[in-house]
Amino acid sequence: MAEHAHTNYVKIWATLCVLLVVSILGPMLGIRLLTLITAFGIAFVKAFLVAKHFMHLDIEKRWVTYILVAMIAFMVVMFGGFAPDVIRHGGQRWQKTYVEPAVHGAAEGHR
Amino acid sequence: MDVPTGRLAVWWVLASEIVIFGGLLGAYIMHRIGHPAWADQAIHTNVWAGGFNTFVLLTSSLSAVLAHQAAEHGDGPKAARLLRLTVLGGGVFLVVKAFEWTTEITNGYTIGSNLFWSFYYTAAGLHAAHVVAGMVIMLIVAASAARNQELHRVENIGIYWHFVDIVWIFLFPLLYIAK
Repeated sequence: MAEHAHTNYVKIWATLCVLLVVSILGPMLGIRLLTLITAFGIAFVKAFLVAKHFMHLDIEKRWVTYILVAMIAFMVVMFGGFAPDVIRHGGQRWQKTYVEPAVHGAAEGHR
Repeated sequence: MDVPTGRLAVWWVLASEIVIFGGLLGAYIMHRIGHPAWADQAIHTNVWAGGFNTFVLLTSSLSAVLAHQAAEHGDGPKAARLLRLTVLGGGVFLVVKAFEWTTEITNGYTIGSNLFWSFYYTAAGLHAAHVVAGMVIMLIVAASAARNQELHRVENIGIYWHFVDIVWIFLFPLLYIAK
């Protein structure tokens, strides 16, 4: 794959590092929406940059991307199938009785 | 199809890895949403150690892609040096993780403590196992690249390493940032 000879990898790495700093500092403000955007939204942007520029999916055969996206789609279907039962704690004829044990560590821990 | 056999094999491996990590992370996310109390456990993960490790993996991805670039230019010895630098990054990642886990286990947060910690150690442990596998393969590839042999393998192991990096990019906010 000689087509990407002029890609500036250091510049992409620097962008990834800036995004990392934002993803750490953003959630510290304690705003839920901002946490979702900075932590999880930026994770998708970082993953996209790595996949496109470092894994060279932008110049790889298109069907390779289709296969990878199909695998992700399977996971979304799995999530959609299981999540309603896992997330809810009761339905019309069932109730979750399991109680998660509380854990008290030896130290206060760290943020 | 025009994709070399070795690279094709790596893509197939990664397709199966997406299902492995996707299933695990998907299960974690749905349980996390269903158990808001897990936030009380998540505050005990060390966001600075996780952030530093993210930086280390991103940097090791840079050296891996530069090794690929060197291999494309036919410079095997340079590619080998950069691959070994990538392995060093993997080593730093594991050392930080070892200190992190030691602290957490010492404080009483073990894999059997509750479901949050079970997911934490399973996901991070499975990822660390992939880091170790990548490091071993990379050292083997670097040995042949140093002799200007099998240079196409540099790209193949690089693709795998970037995938391991991407998995961590998602593990970091899920396990360390979402408090």
